[in-house]
Amino acid sequence: MRRLILALCTLAFTFAGSAFAQENAAALTVDERISASVRPFLDPIVGIIFFSVPIFGVDFPLIVGWLIVAATVFTLYFGFIQFRGFAHSISIVKGDYLDPKDAGEVTPFQALTTALSGTVGLGNIAGVGVAVYLGGPGATFWMILAGLLGMASKFTECTLGVHYRNEYPDGSVSGGPMYYLSKGLAEQNRAALGKFLAVFFSICCIGGALGGGNMFQANQSFAQFAGIFPAIEDFGWLFGVVMAVLVGIVIIGGIKSIARVTEKVVPSMAALYVGSALVIIVLNIGQVPAAFDAIITGAFAPTAVAGGVVGALIQGFKRAAFSNEAGIGSAAIAHSAVQTKHPATEGYVALLEPFIDTVVICTMTSLVITITGVWEPDSGVSGIALTSQAFSSNFAGFKYVLAVAAILFAFSTMLSWSYYGMKAWTYLVGEGKVKELLFKVIFLVFIVIGSSLGLGPVIDFSDAMIFAMSLGNVIGLYFLMGKVKELVNDYNAKRKSGEIRKIGV
Amino acid sequence: MKELYLVGFDDTAASRRAVDFAVERAKGTEGTVLLLYVLEWSPYSFLTNEEIAERKGRRREELSRAETLVTPAAEKVRTAGVDCETLVRFGNAAELICEIAIERSADQILVGRTGDSPFKGRLLGSLVVNLAQAAPVPLTVVP
Repeated sequence: MRRLILALCTLAFTFAGSAFAQENAAALTVDERISASVRPFLDPIVGIIFFSVPIFGVDFPLIVGWLIVAATVFTLYFGFIQFRGFAHSISIVKGDYLDPKDAGEVTPFQALTTALSGTVGLGNIAGVGVAVYLGGPGATFWMILAGLLGMASKFTECTLGVHYRNEYPDGSVSGGPMYYLSKGLAEQNRAALGKFLAVFFSICCIGGALGGGNMFQANQSFAQFAGIFPAIEDFGWLFGVVMAVLVGIVIIGGIKSIARVTEKVVPSMAALYVGSALVIIVLNIGQVPAAFDAIITGAFAPTAVAGGVVGALIQGFKRAAFSNEAGIGSAAIAHSAVQTKHPATEGYVALLEPFIDTVVICTMTSLVITITGVWEPDSGVSGIALTSQAFSSNFAGFKYVLAVAAILFAFSTMLSWSYYGMKAWTYLVGEGKVKELLFKVIFLVFIVIGSSLGLGPVIDFSDAMIFAMSLGNVIGLYFLMGKVKELVNDYNAKRKSGEIRKIGV
Repeated sequence: MKELYLVGFDDTAASRRAVDFAVERAKGTEGTVLLLYVLEWSPYSFLTNEEIAERKGRRREELSRAETLVTPAAEKVRTAGVDCETLVRFGNAAELICEIAIERSADQILVGRTGDSPFKGRLLGSLVVNLAQAAPVPLTVVP
């Protein structure tokens, strides 16, 4: 193992070193060099995924509509399960249905928190900053709406994730879209289509792991860091190398203790973040009605936003989808190992995810940005810089807290996504030490690339890859939603008959 | 009068002393010794993705490892001429010991004293202290 780490570090430094040598040759910074060499590959991908049609004079990316339509279809098909089933979800997570005989197995609470650590990340801090910058306060309204609808998508995919998971003799469990797409569609005599969608999903999932789960995280945590220490602004690659070594120690070196420490700190960081947001909202309680007014007016009749209503809507929908990943399929991977007597329980648990991620945490961020009035159209202050400015206007030192939070969120999200990407990778190429190592090294290199680029290309590529995952996944979900309905009906019948009931009641 | 002695067992020297002590009592009352092995587990702890995926297998391993520790101890009790039962459970040690004491209507709980300093015990939450506060039946701490 130690040799691996050594080899990895050498690799990372050779990479950085050669980039450094190039820097001397031309008068470009390392960051600009890296940027120039990868953009020709990234930009076409972005162009294809974000194929847009003009609606009322604004470019509307079809992919955003794709996710919202899917979420709306699932919401209607399952009869607003996110509202009807909300109380039941809380009850399951609390452990009301845990069988004491199953103690020691993965609980719904644990599956939910692990899945959340993959989604609660910089999307909630930086992504919202981008949405409000481009879409104005009105984007918040659409973001919340997308979050509420997305709960039904999560319900659908995580129920399937558990139902079609693979359990191996050694007791390990694999699940996720690749399994429900291939196995589920095979049941409907669409084996070839299922296999194709599963492979397509896996390829996109690797891209999503490298993009949204990696480059975006590295990029925005560096942005916050550089905002505090302007001297290091041109040394994104160096930040990337440090981050890559840390992630490498965990995913290649197998030093789990670092991961465990991070995972323990992240929930308290999230609490600190939401807590600070609440304090700022309370301190500015007088501004709250005006902020809500700005959000509602902005949602339906924005003035300073490119594209008006549609502009605000697109930004809100985009950032919500990017942040809570509903319909993307990633969460089904984390949720599928839970111990449960019925797959539908995990669907109920998973529908809380977009609620916590988007309706609560993202809304906090955008309320703080709106209330503090730091948003200025076309000012160039976007992403995490905007969020940081908003928080700092009440607590001068908050940018430091935010920098620490950003790095920790980024770190835990990267670890989660390296796992999702790895699962997709092994689904494609098979398991094996060398194959797995290859993916991990690629993953680490992308951390360096991500922290070297500007926000624009990173966010475009990240969005593109994350959204591409939804293409295959959502097609599969449409085919399989009848199956989910069957499972839910069966579950509700069992609840009624008392076969499934609260423990100790 | 048959009595049931519930012993918290974790294969440490202290817990073995508690077993020996229970065996001596049981001989006099034709009682039974119940060895309870608790695998510390919280349903609310945080797991990484890998840990979640491997949990089912790990749980099986942990259970069988606990069995291999508790079975010889039970054999030893039986060779001393005392009835012995074993139980391996996941959860919080103090909570489970109390729970099972009630469930099985045990007459006494016996645990070994680990010999931690009171300071460390306070800081980390000692099993003995927790049991002393919550035990539903008489508790014997074996030094």
